[in-house]
Amino acid sequence: MNKLKSYAASKRGRDSLLSYGIVIIAYIAMQAVIAGGGLSSSLKGQLVPICAYIVMAVSLNLTVGILGELSLGHAGFMSVGAFTGIVVTTALADAIPSAPVRLAVAIAAGGVIAAIAGVIVGVPVLRLKGDYLAIVTLAFGEIIKNVVNVLYIGRDASGLHFSLLSQRFELAEGGKMIINGPMGVSGVQKISTFTSGVVLILVTLFVMLNLINSRTGRAIMSVRDNKIAADSIGISTTRYKLLAFVVSAAFAGMAGTLYGMNFSTVTAAKFDFNTSILVLVFVVLGGLGNIWGSIIAAALLTVLPELLRAVSDYRMLIYAILLIALMLFNNSGLKRRIIEKRGLRQMEKLEKADMAGKGGA
Amino acid sequence: MPMLEVTELGISFGGLRAVDELSMKIEQGGLVGLIGPNGAGKTTVFNMLTGVYRPTDGGIRLDGENLIGKKPNEICRMGVARTFQNIRLFPNLPVLDNVKTGLHNQITYSLFESLTHFGGYRKKERAMDERALDILKVFDLDGMASYQAANLPYGKQRKLEIARALATDPKLLLLDEPAAGMNPNETAELMETIQLVRKKFGVTILLIEHDMKLVSGICEYLYVLNFGRLLAEGTPGEVLKNPEVVTAYLGE
Repeated sequence: MNKLKSYAASKRGRDSLLSYGIVIIAYIAMQAVIAGGGLSSSLKGQLVPICAYIVMAVSLNLTVGILGELSLGHAGFMSVGAFTGIVVTTALADAIPSAPVRLAVAIAAGGVIAAIAGVIVGVPVLRLKGDYLAIVTLAFGEIIKNVVNVLYIGRDASGLHFSLLSQRFELAEGGKMIINGPMGVSGVQKISTFTSGVVLILVTLFVMLNLINSRTGRAIMSVRDNKIAADSIGISTTRYKLLAFVVSAAFAGMAGTLYGMNFSTVTAAKFDFNTSILVLVFVVLGGLGNIWGSIIAAALLTVLPELLRAVSDYRMLIYAILLIALMLFNNSGLKRRIIEKRGLRQMEKLEKADMAGKGGA
Repeated sequence: MPMLEVTELGISFGGLRAVDELSMKIEQGGLVGLIGPNGAGKTTVFNMLTGVYRPTDGGIRLDGENLIGKKPNEICRMGVARTFQNIRLFPNLPVLDNVKTGLHNQITYSLFESLTHFGGYRKKERAMDERALDILKVFDLDGMASYQAANLPYGKQRKLEIARALATDPKLLLLDEPAAGMNPNETAELMETIQLVRKKFGVTILLIEHDMKLVSGICEYLYVLNFGRLLAEGTPGEVLKNPEVVTAYLGE
């Protein structure tokens, strides 16, 4: 009994350790490469977006892999986070002189506003299921994009000014437009750094992995596995669906803030359907419900187009072939055999330890 | 006062009257069977008792409290747990976690503790593990706690479903064809388990079953449904001798 329990616990522990380990080792390795000057400037520019996409993939995995509902509008929440972050950092530019602190506040604000957007979208959407739900999330993603596209926000001595559709306010002398409708934002102070990105990834992992291994996480997974059964054992399925969706949206918002603060120009069009699908591809290729898989897939597939620039003519061809190869591998017997072998080895090891009198949890 | 009181319960699906004027009374601690030919409306009765369907007429009271209009998860929290005719486990979760999910409202901690694992997380999780293993032991499933539920053999999946229902600490346990698909040996074993469960957990049990050996072996009282209406009720001895019941099952 102890042996079996410790096997289950060790598998969970190993998955968590693997997730944290990959991020920390990659961070140290990248710092070493940067210090040695071995990184091209175009790849250096990819570091923060990679971090943002990893957070996006891990957070979408909560909705798609853990809750089991297909969401095609995840970039919408990223957009909410990005523009919230930009408004907050611009508004607080004088109040908080320290850039890392300002970024942290902006990320928190981006998460909160995206969570609110998550509630607004989630309440009607989560009444649907399957393909219908997916299509409506797609629509909401586009709605968010289009709302931001006609949003005008400016700031002057008297405070912040908002309007929709067209600019209906005059800024006083010395005032500045923050979001200028479809022109988006320009002249943003770039305060996102690789280190802040890695910290955000670690915070995301901490929350996600804890959530999965808790009563709340089990409730969410039970809704995924069998909604009627979950309801029959006293779990409020609506509550846990909404909870997972909102947490997922909140982290997408934080990723959006990180991403937005990395570019001097940001437009709403960046966070369109294609971005949602891109993140979904990371999640599916990394494995549904597999957190470290999402991390590797997001990092690899973000950096790949850059690495393939050397063979620029065949870039998209190779990218597509790799995607297909990964898909085939995910469904192949080869992967299953590798996993089964590993599981068997674990069981044998535990059995041996048990016999030697050292077993037990 | 009976624990469960069903009065003139009825439900229509469009023009179809699936259950009509059904009245039942189940006393605390009873072990009662609900039998009838295929399509008689037995599972529909369970679905009304657990809030999956809303009856069109009649009343359901559990210890005097009205159950009509309540959601399934609310009814579970009031003390009614069930199993399903076609097994509904959480196939991707380990056996242990299936039962721990049943403990969701029994051993609780806050969302904050879920997200951070601070506070009482460790203590409460350990208490959940222990309680879940205790329940699994009754069904001789504790040795398979870490198996994925989908990988269990059929008979054990049925037992796991009962274990999960018991984890919610019910007053009333509804079993929908617990012996379906079992061979005679497994059925005999199940009969023992059901009686053990009743004693050990002090639950009142209402079960739907086709296996007459199981029904007459353990049930104290039977209700017979036919075409959605109550055909007969009484002790197994009386009911199974009733010519109308025999006709309903075997034909003229």
